[in-house]
Amino acid sequence: MQNNNNKLINKVTQSDYKYGFYTDIETDKAPKGLTEDTIRFIWEKKNEPDFMLDFRLKAFRHWQKMKEPTWAHIQYNPIDYQDIIYYAAPRKKPQYENMNQVDPELLETFNKLGIPLEEQKQLAGVAVDAVMDSTSVTTTYKKALSEKGIIFSSFSEALQNHPELLQKYMATVVPYTDNFFAALNSAVFSDGSFVYIPKGVRCPIELSTYFRINAANTGQFERTLIVAEEGSYVSYLEGCTAPMRSENQLHAAIVEIVAHKNAEVKYSTVQNWWPGDKKGKGGVFNFVTKRGICKEDNAKISWTQVETGSAITWKYPSLILKGNNTTGEFFSVAVTNNMQQADTGTKMIHSGKNSRSTIISKGISAGKSNNSYRGLVKMSKEATNSRNYSQCDSLLLGNKSGAHTFPYIDVQNKSSIVEHEATTSKISEDQLFYCLQRGIDVENAIGLIVNGYAKDVLNKLPMEFAVEAQKLLSVSLERSIG
Amino acid sequence: MTELNHNNNSLKHDVFKNILVGLYEKNHDKIIGNSSVIIQKLRQKAFEHFKQNGFPDKKMESWRFTNPEPLFRDDYHIDFESKFRKIDVSKIFTCDVYDLDTYCITLINGWFAYQNSPLSRLKDGTVIGSLYKAMEIYPDIVEKYLGSVAKINEQGLVSLNTAFMQDGLFIYVPDNVKVEKPVQVINIVDSDKPVFIQPRNLIITGKNSNLTLVHCDHSLTHNISFTNTVSEVVLHENAFIDHYKVQNKGRNSALLTSLFFLQEKNSILANNVITLNGGFTRNQVDLSLTDENCTADLNGLYLMDRNQHVDNQVFVDHAASNSRSNQLYKGILDDQASGVFYGKVLVGRNSQNTKAFQNNKNILLTDETKINTQPFLEIYADDVKCSHGATVGQLDTDALFYMRSRGICERTAKQMLMYAFAGEVVKKISIEPLRDNITKLVEKRLKGELSICDQCILNCSSREPRFIQNILD
Repeated sequence: MQNNNNKLINKVTQSDYKYGFYTDIETDKAPKGLTEDTIRFIWEKKNEPDFMLDFRLKAFRHWQKMKEPTWAHIQYNPIDYQDIIYYAAPRKKPQYENMNQVDPELLETFNKLGIPLEEQKQLAGVAVDAVMDSTSVTTTYKKALSEKGIIFSSFSEALQNHPELLQKYMATVVPYTDNFFAALNSAVFSDGSFVYIPKGVRCPIELSTYFRINAANTGQFERTLIVAEEGSYVSYLEGCTAPMRSENQLHAAIVEIVAHKNAEVKYSTVQNWWPGDKKGKGGVFNFVTKRGICKEDNAKISWTQVETGSAITWKYPSLILKGNNTTGEFFSVAVTNNMQQADTGTKMIHSGKNSRSTIISKGISAGKSNNSYRGLVKMSKEATNSRNYSQCDSLLLGNKSGAHTFPYIDVQNKSSIVEHEATTSKISEDQLFYCLQRGIDVENAIGLIVNGYAKDVLNKLPMEFAVEAQKLLSVSLERSIG
Repeated sequence: MTELNHNNNSLKHDVFKNILVGLYEKNHDKIIGNSSVIIQKLRQKAFEHFKQNGFPDKKMESWRFTNPEPLFRDDYHIDFESKFRKIDVSKIFTCDVYDLDTYCITLINGWFAYQNSPLSRLKDGTVIGSLYKAMEIYPDIVEKYLGSVAKINEQGLVSLNTAFMQDGLFIYVPDNVKVEKPVQVINIVDSDKPVFIQPRNLIITGKNSNLTLVHCDHSLTHNISFTNTVSEVVLHENAFIDHYKVQNKGRNSALLTSLFFLQEKNSILANNVITLNGGFTRNQVDLSLTDENCTADLNGLYLMDRNQHVDNQVFVDHAASNSRSNQLYKGILDDQASGVFYGKVLVGRNSQNTKAFQNNKNILLTDETKINTQPFLEIYADDVKCSHGATVGQLDTDALFYMRSRGICERTAKQMLMYAFAGEVVKKISIEPLRDNITKLVEKRLKGELSICDQCILNCSSREPRFIQNILD
């Protein structure tokens, strides 16, 4: 069987990255390197309000004083921050009125990715705010949403139209002083998405954004801000694919979520950026700061992520459960293959009474990859009667991969209960044997077992996404049998 | 402000380091004593390392939750010249595990105290005694093993001990020998001044040998003391060691122990660390499973109250295949006590068929207590079964309700539940008299009575000193 597996590995590892194509659209770039001038360039280019320049410069000056963190279980060649182009936007930026006006080449790109932008958008019922190289190109369903008072737009548009909301909420969850990559993002972020759900409104559709890194040698620094007012509900989806590149591409994003009283936010991600080739050359460096705050009583925020891409993943979607009776959830599947390295997990910081959190993390490591779960559960003295349950399982495919678990548990009161469980094992021989015995080949059997293993998390994804995630998982698995 | 604090901290840290460095340089000749050239080289190297790295500080990942700052004092007294002494130990202290028939050894302030001979050889060839003496009589053995198991790392505690080491316990069990009676070591701190003690223990068990070792830490006074112990334990092929550490120290004592185990093929280790009292306690257990088919059972129990602090650091390195390790650490924290558990299992690339389990359970009794637990797994082999679990919570309310409905008062019911919680670790003690004694101590502890052994100052008893089993026959 070992032989069989090896053959299969060879066969499937030869297959190239499915989404690795390159669209030739003239881009408008900032000069290489990062100085205060670069920041002024971005600010001018984007025609932002004055407070933004102040914010960006403060962040930049703080960033200069910071050191790149080294505590994560990942290794990479030092990043030359002066060798990066910090701003790239498609040159033509007309305000489209209908789809026919969109650059056909761009539409082609989206079609290849299978994004339901045109006819499909109706079928899928998804409003897509497609961000291509940091500038929003088209926004759909805007009218239907605006009737309800929902704001769903690119970050730059929001800066023009709703500066007061951004000034109120931006950087309140992730301040620019938070960490090295958050400071960098705050200084140079080019675009992103902004969602505002007014009081008592239940967003009727799933909001979705596709990010793509397109032009060579440009980092993408987007910023997402979601604000859910009292009693509102929104489900937000984010998905990523990136074309093949030989140099590493830096991606440092920030996502902030604010949930007010009785509000609920569901944030789902499928991340499939180019992981680099079999020898570990190239691939996207993904350093992301995601954090939500359940600001008032009974709020609920839920993170669901399926991570299959990136050469390096450094990502800890966190939650601050500040209000009483708040709920936080984190569901994650992280697959690493070849030379990929992932250090991902979550932080649940309880400071409200009776707050609840659940963490389900499933790691799958294959090839020579390393997959780490790193998490913190903190119960402060005030968070009485709070509850956390964490489960982090790791599955190892192949004897050259590594699976690691680094949970931190910090409890400071007597009435909270924290439970953490984790297991690491390889695919059960018995289950495999059972499948083979029933005439299912090795590849499918492993797919079946792993899909079952990750089911707890996949089930949490919205329907449209679950299909895509399952497809992604099996594509990743095809290449990962050991 | 933070920056100022930070600078202040590192300043204190440097001052303390310089005090220790100064003490070493000033007393260099006394410290060297009878050390051979090889030992002296080891010592000098360790000193240079300490000089460079200094004492641990809060910025280190493994010291994040245990602030070493209270240990930084400039008035520590170090006894460089006592040498091992001839003392009738029974006049000072007797152990109150009366039914325990042991070879009993006492270290007073880190120096070996003996009645007849500082180093004795039993009929079966086992050597038990003072490390200082062993350096003279068995230099080959000491030079071969000393410093070979203990890892000198950036934390500086091991290098500090290696630089200052003078005396401690030495046990050598030859191949195929089963040591009949358990060896009991009692570390006593007895001083009217703040003392700094650095005992060094070296325990070597030959092929197919068998040893039971009970290690007790006691204080005789309420005076400030700082103990930095390093123990190196080697288990050769097929050896079996049953090791117990019972810690019952005064509230002003700081106890830092670093226990290093090296296991060879088919060896079996059972290690139990029971911390009942102590102002500041940090136990580091470092286990290397270097060859196939090793088994290691690591258990710990800590019952802390007032403002005591306990920190258990367990590192298991599975460097070979087919081995098994199991960790179970449980703790109950009361009043303002704080606790830290850090457990790390490392399974190397070639360590297939490893089974490694890790479990840490805690009960917090008040809102002022704090616990930090970090059960880590780092795994590079695929054919493994590893799991870890950590819980923090309170007593099971359903169980409590059940007992209350059966007419058991709340206080008793709570005690019964707590005792059952601790019992999981206590019942793993295989020496019956010791288990009974620990059971008694735990019961007393949970009832809120002081659980210090009867002889201790915290509960002075007028009981007649019992006969101490002499190691000499």
